[in-house]
Amino acid sequence: MTSLIELDGISHSYGGPTVLEHVHLTIDEGSFLGVIGPSGSGKTTLLRMVLGNLRPTEGVVRRRADLRIAYVPQVETVNWNFPITVSEVVLMAAAAKWYRPRATASERKRVAELLEQLGLGGFEHRHIRELSGGQQQRVFLARALHRDPELLVLDEPTSGVDVRTRHEVVHLLTDLHRNGTSVVLSTHDINGLAAHLPLIACVNRELIAVGTPAEVLTSSVLERTYGAPMEVLKHGGMLFVTDSPMGIE
Amino acid sequence: MTLFEPFQFEFFRNGFMVATLAGAICGLVGVYVVLRSMSYIGHGLSHSIFGGAAASAVLGVNFYLGAGMWGLLSAFMIGRVARRGKIGADAAIGVITTASFALGLALSNVFGQAKRSIEAVLFGSILGVTTLEVIAVACVGVLAVAIISAFYRKLLFATFDPEVADVTGVNVGRMEALLMLMLAVTILFTMKIVGVLLISALLVTPAVIARMLTNSFARMLVIAPLVGAACGAVGMVISYHADISSGASIILLAAFVFIVVYTVTGARGRGNAGGMIH
Repeated sequence: MTSLIELDGISHSYGGPTVLEHVHLTIDEGSFLGVIGPSGSGKTTLLRMVLGNLRPTEGVVRRRADLRIAYVPQVETVNWNFPITVSEVVLMAAAAKWYRPRATASERKRVAELLEQLGLGGFEHRHIRELSGGQQQRVFLARALHRDPELLVLDEPTSGVDVRTRHEVVHLLTDLHRNGTSVVLSTHDINGLAAHLPLIACVNRELIAVGTPAEVLTSSVLERTYGAPMEVLKHGGMLFVTDSPMGIE
Repeated sequence: MTLFEPFQFEFFRNGFMVATLAGAICGLVGVYVVLRSMSYIGHGLSHSIFGGAAASAVLGVNFYLGAGMWGLLSAFMIGRVARRGKIGADAAIGVITTASFALGLALSNVFGQAKRSIEAVLFGSILGVTTLEVIAVACVGVLAVAIISAFYRKLLFATFDPEVADVTGVNVGRMEALLMLMLAVTILFTMKIVGVLLISALLVTPAVIARMLTNSFARMLVIAPLVGAACGAVGMVISYHADISSGASIILLAAFVFIVVYTVTGARGRGNAGGMIH
């Protein structure tokens, strides 16, 4: 299996305490990896290292030459009051290459195809604020897919969305992975998202564990990751993580 | 006295053209200023450039060269102080630009600049605008349109979503530097007519009016310069007839248009403008 990105002993500090320490992680072609950990554990820093817009203070990031990466940010960080339509958002993906302000006919066709593929046909001229949570998430996914990425990186793709939207996102990502796109995402949602992925990395300043859900969703790994007792239940072949009642006084 | 009476004077014709162009340029650049929440930078840079203008007068250096270099140096220092992390960009702007403004005032006092001359720089004046300055402002306008056309998508991406733009191959730092340069040059070449204290209002108001009227970024880039140009042109005529400073009449007119649009567009307009109106 070809390695796309290799994080070799990376550490990072934003000038204060170290937020990420001696992390070794390889992202192979065909990966579908979920990064979990508590708030402030270094998940976003790890994603930014993968994306290449943050350099480690220690260690090396090796990236396959000419690797096409696309990024979907948290929808909660988007400025929904910005005057922009759905097609304008998707067209941004080609911004680095183009010097003409107006989209060409072929570009408009590509945008329409992508939106159609993601169930957003006919929404081209809508303002992004006029869409539902799931539709908004898909617009940013469409922008990422416009680059035809080999590696898709998503920050909290199910954060702040309802159950139906979460199912839509999980199905979309599963389809993309099945069609050959490698996926790395960060999430707080262990039961709704991480438990459905083939590979999970548990992070809390350092890499606690990497493995399949069965390997890492254990009480001891989760307690080391979250610093609180957690229980893992099995139901219908699926794992469910709950706060341990023992932890509540 | 007829409405067109002032147009018989060359100084007014020059002032009128500069005010119209200044309104259009400020409206255009202002779209990026308000959408990037850079209003305070525009305000600070104009104050800083005042220090440069005063120093240039004392040293006998060309106004545009001296004040321009001073403005760029201030922008560079703001960036450096803010990047240290312990002081926010707003605090850095507050310290550096007000110090520069105070220095300009002190130099003017010590070296005997006339009170009227200071007032003209602070509040704007239509007197003494030369044909060469009209041409210079027109060139700034052409340059701003050329830059925005050539880098339209990159500037849009860097403004809307800088983190993803960076990952997608857009040099966000370069786009930000380009915007700062456009802002500094716009302030430098339009501050004479509008005044140091009022230029930031001309950068912000037409763009906010445009935002209340449309949900499209492309249309905002058309509406804001039109509103700015109209306020500049009509404001100049009012300035002559009411015998008030050009900057004050232009900004008061822009504020009046803002109130009208704010009232007419109602909740929809206020919703569009979102965080721009508090």
